[in-house]
Amino acid sequence: MTETMILIPGRTNEQGTALNKGKFKQEYQTETAMLDINTDEMKRLGLEEGDQVRLSNEVGETVVTCRGKKPEDLPNGVLFIPYGPPTTHLMSGETYGSGMPVSKHMEVTIEKIAVK
Amino acid sequence: MSENTRIVKNATCTFCGCLCDDMELTVDIDENRITKAKNACTLGRAWYAEHVIEDQPAAMIDGKEVSVEAAIEEAAQVLTRAKFPIIYGLSDTTSEAQQEAVAIADYMHGTIDTTTSVCHGPTGMAFQGVGESTMTLGEVKNRADLVIFWGGNPAVSHPRLFTRYAVTTTGMFTPGGKKDRTIVLVDIRKTASEPVANINIRVKPGKDFEMLWALRALVKGKKIDPSIEKVTGVSLEVLQDLVERMKNCRYGVIFFGMGLTMARGRHFNSGALQSLATDLNEFTHFVVKPARGHGNVTGGDNVVSWSTGYPFGVNFNLGYPRFNPGEYTTVDTLSNGDADAAMFIACDPASNFPKAAIEHMKRIPVITLDPKHTMTSSLAHVAFTTSTYGINTGGTVYRMDDVPISLRKAYDSPFPSDEKILTAIKNRVIELTHAKRGASDTREKRKVA
Repeated sequence: MTETMILIPGRTNEQGTALNKGKFKQEYQTETAMLDINTDEMKRLGLEEGDQVRLSNEVGETVVTCRGKKPEDLPNGVLFIPYGPPTTHLMSGETYGSGMPVSKHMEVTIEKIAVK
Repeated sequence: MSENTRIVKNATCTFCGCLCDDMELTVDIDENRITKAKNACTLGRAWYAEHVIEDQPAAMIDGKEVSVEAAIEEAAQVLTRAKFPIIYGLSDTTSEAQQEAVAIADYMHGTIDTTTSVCHGPTGMAFQGVGESTMTLGEVKNRADLVIFWGGNPAVSHPRLFTRYAVTTTGMFTPGGKKDRTIVLVDIRKTASEPVANINIRVKPGKDFEMLWALRALVKGKKIDPSIEKVTGVSLEVLQDLVERMKNCRYGVIFFGMGLTMARGRHFNSGALQSLATDLNEFTHFVVKPARGHGNVTGGDNVVSWSTGYPFGVNFNLGYPRFNPGEYTTVDTLSNGDADAAMFIACDPASNFPKAAIEHMKRIPVITLDPKHTMTSSLAHVAFTTSTYGINTGGTVYRMDDVPISLRKAYDSPFPSDEKILTAIKNRVIELTHAKRGASDTREKRKVA
């Protein structure tokens, strides 16, 4: 099952400390490939904790791992991902005269690709 | 850890824009590393623990070790040969190094941009349209009784903003600390910052502008229909309550993050927030402040502004500075394929820029200056390893409230500073451009010498 949702990249504590250790280290790469999604949405999309999903849009695609959040903590239709390299594959170079690409609020399609 | 240690007091942590200058560092002199950072937050502790002397060459060309002098020569040649060279980054280096970078852009008639363009660049654009009500964090600590965080998560991005300046700390007119303040958090989701807030407001994703405009209307005494809740996700009662608190506080401050600048609306969102603060000054003292991320990104804005008249995205192709976000900003110059050479200083665009921009980086000669091996330095034609500011190098940095702070280094590094490398590149660029352009630049050379 696929669905279009809004992807919000942002800072997490783990991402902030791991980037000091190095972006080539496993800790950073693991944290920046996690996707927060609320558990109601996971159930609706047939996803379980740790499932891998493909996020895609007209720019490209990336594969990330689901991490469940309480429905009261993350609204339906919104996905959260720690800042990092995976989102570069989904980010358009168009800045609409601002210099700033749409780096939060990216519309992406989410699709389950594997079960843990 | 050896027994041979020394203490560096009042050092400044340069990880985030708080620039906490009360660090007490324990330095292992034999191992050249910081073993303890008293007063540091989790981010600061990781910053100090992980910034060691890297086992990598000081300079490389195409992945092969070369002398620093050879790399400087090649970097200067690349920049001078290019027709549309760009310099980008600068948020994690000293303002002395930033000045040298601006000078290089000027002499080579290139473009200079900082990480501000993908951070609070839209806020810089909004400032030009609606102005900025400035403040210092000291004022906030001593006076603010209403503190609003909007579209940001300081608990994980600026952990000590709460304890040093804005929430729990006590001040001259806030002796009770948190008891004397009302803390409001506006975000689209639950964040780690929520526990500090007295009032949590969840706005619908992408509806910040609408909520800000509704607040402006209420501040001006206009009627708002209760259907605003359908648009923003926030009820009219909550908006009215917030407006009353804002109008009746003694000193109000809104810290805002990239939840406003990186989303749809960008500079319109920042401008709406600035305008709201302006409106509130009819009733009380009210300020807003972007919570700036990297240690000296604010220094970048200051240096580029005082040198060129503009804060970021500045082009010197015609021999004088021109500012045009969307044209001279780095995501655009790369994604559109305009740049034919790039120098990246203390930044890692290959890990966070759009795909099209990263693809273009692979097609052009790239020069990097960074203390660590990064995704961008792996693409570099010329890569310098430089010392870490605030740990191995002194200099000046600007806190998020534009207050300059002098750095105190903890121990020496075998690697040169960004400033030293950039000064050498600048001097060689001047020689090469002089030769290229002829005698007309003699005056410039004499002035610099």
